Formats: sequence, C-alpha cells, structure tokens
Amino acid sequence: MNTWQDSIVELIRRTSAEIPDDVQRAILAALEREKKGTIAASAMKIIEHNIALAKQKSQPICQDTGSVLFYVDCPAGFDQIAFTEAARAAVKAATQKGYLRQNSVDSLTGKNDGTNLGPGAPTLHFHQHKDAGVTVRLMLKGGGCENVGAQYSLPDEGIKADRDLAGCRKAILDAVLQAQGKGCGPGVLGVCIGGDRATGYEFSKTQLLRRLDDRNPVQELDKLEQDILNTANELGIGPMGFGGKTTLLGVKITTANRVPASYFVSISYMCWAYRRQGARFDATGKILDWLY
Amino acid sequence: MNISTPLNEAAVRKLKVGDAVEITGVVFTGRDAVHKYLAKGGELPAGVSLTGGIIYHCGPVVIKDDAGNWKVTAAGPTTSIREEPYQGDIIKKFGVRAVIGKGGMADRTLAACREAGAVYLHAIGGAAQVLAEHITKVRNVYFLEKFGSPEAIWELDVVNFPAVVTMDANGNSLHTEVFERSQAELAKRL
Ligand code: SF4
Repeated sequence: MNTWQDSIVELIRRTSAEIPDDVQRAILAALEREKKGTIAASAMKIIEHNIALAKQKSQPICQDTGSVLFYVDCPAGFDQIAFTEAARAAVKAATQKGYLRQNSVDSLTGKNDGTNLGPGAPTLHFHQHKDAGVTVRLMLKGGGCENVGAQYSLPDEGIKADRDLAGCRKAILDAVLQAQGKGCGPGVLGVCIGGDRATGYEFSKTQLLRRLDDRNPVQELDKLEQDILNTANELGIGPMGFGGKTTLLGVKITTANRVPASYFVSISYMCWAYRRQGARFDATGKILDWLY
Repeated sequence: MNISTPLNEAAVRKLKVGDAVEITGVVFTGRDAVHKYLAKGGELPAGVSLTGGIIYHCGPVVIKDDAGNWKVTAAGPTTSIREEPYQGDIIKKFGVRAVIGKGGMADRTLAACREAGAVYLHAIGGAAQVLAEHITKVRNVYFLEKFGSPEAIWELDVVNFPAVVTMDANGNSLHTEVFERSQAELAKRL
C-alpha cells in the first residue's frame, strides 16, 4: 500500500496548495466584475495573489486546512480496510510535511495530538461502482465556512417559508443573508432539499464535488440554482462582506426523498478557498489523471 | 492609506468605515486564551505594552529556521466574534487603538471603539500566504509555554499589511450597514 500512501499524500498536497481550475476561473471572473478601486476589488486581488503564491510555494492556500473528507469510488473486491490505513498514514505524513495544519482536536479532552487522526478524522465515504478503476476525491472543508452552514425545517414561520420550491428559495437566501461575509465569501453553496437531517447535510456536501461550470440536469433545480446565484449577487454583500457584486461563485442543489413528516433544506457553505481535487488511480495506487 | 504604530487617538478617530489601510509597525497576536486571561485580570507579560498598539486575532504558523530564528509561514486572521465578551474591556484597559481580525464584532466592541478611540480592521480571511509576506520579523513571543503556539502572544513586525476599516471610532460598522442593506434588497426579491 506504499504507492497508495504516496499518491494520497500528493492528492492532499495538490488539494491544499492548488485551487481547481474551475474555481480559479470563477474567482478571476469575480475580480473582473468588481468595480476598480473598491475594497471588494482589492479583496479579490489579494485572494487571487494568495492563490498564486500558495501554488508557487506548495503551501496551504489557507491556514485552516479543514476537515479532511475522502470520497472513494471503487469496484467490488477493493480492499477498503487497506485503503483506509493508507489514507490515515498519508494524512499523518502530509501533516508532518506541512500540507495540513495540526488541525484536529479531541472533542472530549480538547487535546490536539498533532496527527490529524481520530474519530471521524479523516472521514472516508466508500461507494462501489461497476468500473474497474478507483476514483478518489478529496475535500478540505474549512471551519469558518462550515460554521455558517444551516439547516431549515419547513414550514419556517420566521422566514415565511412553506413546503414548496418557493419556501426552499427563501430558506437558501436567508442562509446567504445570515452568512454575510463570515464564511470567507465569495462562497459556493451545496444544498440538499429533503432527506433526514444527516443525509441532508451529507448530500449538500457532495454537491460541492460538482464542477462550478456544470449545469444541473434537472430543469427545476437548474433554474433554482441560477436564480439563487443571481439573486444573491444582487444583495450587495460582496467579498468578505465588504459590499460588492460577488457574494456567491456558485450554487449546487440536489434532492433526497423525505418522509411525509419532514421537510429539511440543508445548506453547506464553501469559502473562496475551495479545496477539492480528485484523481483516477490504477489498481496499484498510481495516479492516472486528475479530475478537476 | 498608510498607518503606523504607535497609533495616536486623533489619527485613529479620523479613520472611516470603508477605508483601506496598510499597516506598518508592530502588532501583537492574541486569540481566545489571551483575551480570556486579560479580561479576567491577567497582567501583560513584562516588556509588552499595548498602549497605542494593535491586537491581531491570529494563530500564526511559525517555524524555526536552521539558524534558530522564528519565521511566520501562514498568518491569516481568525474569526473575531469569539472575543466579543472581552474585547471592549481590553481596548479600554490597555489603551489598544486597533484590532485586526475577520468577520467583524458586535455592539460592545463598537461602543468601546467609540469611547476609547479605537478601530476594527478587517483582514482578508484565508489569505494566509499573502499576509505572511507582510510580516517581516518575529520580534518576540510570550506565553508560548502557557498557551501553546497558536494561542501565544507573538510580537510581529509588519510592513504594509493590508486591511479595511469595518468598525470606526464614530460608532459606524460596515457589517451593520451591509447587513441592513442586503436585508432590504432581499425583501424586494422574495
Ligand atoms: S472559511 Fe475558508 S478561507 Fe476562511 S479561514 Fe476558514 S478555511 Fe480559510
């Protein structure tokens, strides 16, 4: 499993130090859009410079290297236990190399043993697929933006949201309003309509694995995504909440079935330091190509 | 606009919400442990004065190079609102003229800024690499054993460190302004 371990260390390095192309393009477009000479434009300039510097120095884009979340698609018979061990060893090694900050705290004792290993750290999601190859995606999810995520239970009287798409729209836009710039905006929303509380949040996170420039194949959801994106960018919250034209870089929405009694809208917020990468691997663990 | 430490009250009172500033001089990092300690009556370590000074809400990543010198490799701001229970008292008690952080702070800090003549400066969240480039030297570190590295007081030389005034000494807060404006815009679109 040594090849696996080395490959995963490289996946972690690349995820932590290099923003994916689709996000980079969205950030450049946002910089163009902001009025020259405003504090919003200078914030975007610093963000752009920071992205270039991190890549050049192979250093973390943001010092909060976040929760380490792996999403693994693998064929039947793939040794998930061995993979988990390799991933844990890689996380520890990547921490020693400084690609990850010592960022994981025991919730009971408050202790940080500096390894980034512990219950739920890292988190691995396995999915079996028909393909013979293995695909691993990695997301480093920062704390500041995770803190502004929200889950609404509809109907919600406070925001006058009923159990319909209009109600979902109100809930999602309320989350944008409440978040302001606190999640290090401009950000990206991953949203799930429905599900139980845990599934709702899980699905909202996996929406953040989608490319920013893709379109939702479900017409109603595609419409809602574009509508939320445009409306949020008309609110004037702007980068860092300084005011400005770019509040969000993207919105991705999915659904999960719900029981008749529940109607959750779960929203995960990803900061501009959008760290996700992925690769296809051969059976020995060699990286074949990058996904984003 | 360039500002340098030590800051005097008159200069600070002239700063307005929305002003972009570049800070040159000395800043002291302080986050949760330091704020709680100082607000509960703790003394500043010998040699540290915050009069006219700047507190930076930051837990920097600091390494020792081969020659044994400290070097800051990442130094973005951390969320400031956690210090809201303590910040106002600390500003008044120690003569702090500016606080750097991210996300903004609330009414008690805003009131203390107005009363004592201080400002809140918002740095760019997440821009750890760029901000580290503006830190030219680690002058000293205090409470390293007591609180651990991220929570220690790091005394840093900064040059042209970029930030935006989002809470001024006249009672204005960009955070409140933007929230209210965006709330009104949203109401029109629901
Ligand atoms: S929200 Fe994102 S950019 Fe901001 S400090 Fe956290 S990880 Fe970094």
